[in-house]
Amino acid sequence: MEDEPAVLIRDAAFCWPDGEFAIEVDEFALARGERLLLLGASGAGKSTLLNLIGGFLRPRSGQITVLGQALSDLGQTALDRFRADNFGVIFQMFNLLPYLSVLDNVLIPLRFSRQRRQQAGDAHACAERLLSRLGVAQNLHSRPAAHLSVGQQQRVAAARAMIGAPHIILADEPTSALDHDNAGKFLDLLQAETESTGAALLMVSHDMRVADHFDRVIDLTSIARTDGRNSEACCG
Amino acid sequence: MLRLILLSLLNRRTTALLSILGIAVSVTLLLGVEKLRVSARDSFASTISGTDLIVGARAGDIQLLLYAVFRIGDATNNIGWDSYREIAARPEIDWIVPLSLGDSHRGFRVVGTDAGFFTHYKYRQDKGLEFAAGQPFSDMFDAVIGAEVAAALGYGLDSRITLTHGTGALTGADHDNLPFRIAGILKPTGTPVDRAIHVGLPAIEAIHLDWRSGSRIEGLNITEEKVRAMNPASLQPRAITAALVGLRSPIQTFQFQRYVNGYRKEPLSAILPGVALSRLWALIGIGERALGAVAILVVMTALLGLVTTIYATLNERRREMAILRANGASPYHIVLLLVTESAILTFSGAVLGTMILYGLILMLRSAFEAGFGLQLTLTLPSAREWLFFVLVLGAGLLAGLIPALRAYRHSLADGMTIRS
Repeated sequence: MEDEPAVLIRDAAFCWPDGEFAIEVDEFALARGERLLLLGASGAGKSTLLNLIGGFLRPRSGQITVLGQALSDLGQTALDRFRADNFGVIFQMFNLLPYLSVLDNVLIPLRFSRQRRQQAGDAHACAERLLSRLGVAQNLHSRPAAHLSVGQQQRVAAARAMIGAPHIILADEPTSALDHDNAGKFLDLLQAETESTGAALLMVSHDMRVADHFDRVIDLTSIARTDGRNSEACCG
Repeated sequence: MLRLILLSLLNRRTTALLSILGIAVSVTLLLGVEKLRVSARDSFASTISGTDLIVGARAGDIQLLLYAVFRIGDATNNIGWDSYREIAARPEIDWIVPLSLGDSHRGFRVVGTDAGFFTHYKYRQDKGLEFAAGQPFSDMFDAVIGAEVAAALGYGLDSRITLTHGTGALTGADHDNLPFRIAGILKPTGTPVDRAIHVGLPAIEAIHLDWRSGSRIEGLNITEEKVRAMNPASLQPRAITAALVGLRSPIQTFQFQRYVNGYRKEPLSAILPGVALSRLWALIGIGERALGAVAILVVMTALLGLVTTIYATLNERRREMAILRANGASPYHIVLLLVTESAILTFSGAVLGTMILYGLILMLRSAFEAGFGLQLTLTLPSAREWLFFVLVLGAGLLAGLIPALRAYRHSLADGMTIRS
């Protein structure tokens, strides 16, 4: 089990029910602890791929295996639990619930995963430690999330993705709302944190400049074929 | 989870408060209607109490009750004075009060009776008649009027009134040769007593001295002086309409009822007022059910409003759901979130509504009692009220399911994609 890659995709095909967009992935692998940058223009299917890996979407054919577990073998409830246990997610923006405090936002994943709750130990101490390491000052922890700058919010989102040590961090353009300096700092912190927890990081972006924070950079077009209306994946 | 919902609601406190208020008002109405209904039924059922039997000419029990107590309709026949005297002399009798009906004053019924009426007529568990002003009649041409008569016609003590023969407003049928003086005004009771004018039996006899078979005998010219000069025995009534009877022991009630019903000299009936009252209520109770139906419709409207409110916020909360979903919440968590939310809103609304109702009762009970004779008691909610409370909560939960199912479909379709 431990030798299984974090993510392995073979011959997966997916199309949105409206037939507007389809994606086919012949082969894709993310090793454990690997930091991988997936480059692609907007609308190229990056988010769809993340949704497939996270189990939010199910492929119409092919196999997606996460940490040795074939997602197709899991029922809806088991899949929800598996995701809660093993994935940390960072969005492009609007990551936080504005009415919760910074600390409460970080603690959200622990509400839904017992495994991560156990791994976090003392939840509050763990959240505060993560926040401090990600450079969110102590005096902000009890503030409503809505009061933070976008840069601070992204770092809170990173702390939340990592609390309870999930094995895989999915990040969907987390730096696109940040300026160059802040993006660099954010990725430094993300890199350091994933290194210390051993989590694999899969980040999708259209920004080539962030490439040096990653072990490997691949272009989406090299692993996936995407298509517009009436694609083969939809029909076949 | 609960903390999350509460904080989320707090974030939308204006709409949340409005939803709570809408439910509160409807619950106030629902429980208020229920309270009024029970109160109306109780005060109807206790229109007359302490009276064991009502005796009248042979008639159905509801008819006898209607004319003897509610003064609605007319008696088909009378009780002869001799029969009355014979019944009154029975050893079982504790007290007996005669009632003589048939005259009116500006739309209000006149009741010929004796002073015993003011001590023996009880309503609402042994509440006796009380005087707001004056006292029972002491003179032959004294009248005691109910609270509603006094208020409607603006009469005070010592006002002079003339009675009208019959119950319609016939012109030329006035007993204007013999005016009455108002000697007493009763406090409101919420019973037909409020709408009655009480005079002594001899006075009834006196004003009819110049009447035979429903028309006036011309030229007799009866005056107050002539009446006062007459021998009291000649003012003895020949017949009365009904009598209220109190027995020495309630055990004798049925036995005495059989005695009256089997009275040989003329056909008479004796009825138990409580039984007749509940039968009458069953007849007119349809109105109460209509009122209840309206209240239920109001609650449904409020719940529809709740669904609309939650439904309308779903789109702007789609991001909130997606964030929770990406951080491990299952679609079932999302459903639970929304159903719990509507449960919280409904529960708060129901509790607030109940509190508003009790506050209103506390403030308005005396006004209600004075104005409508309805007694609103500040008791703990009845089993039926609890049932309503639980039903409203259940309906709130069901209502919460509608937006919850939509959010469920959203969250399945959205996945971790944030749409805003």
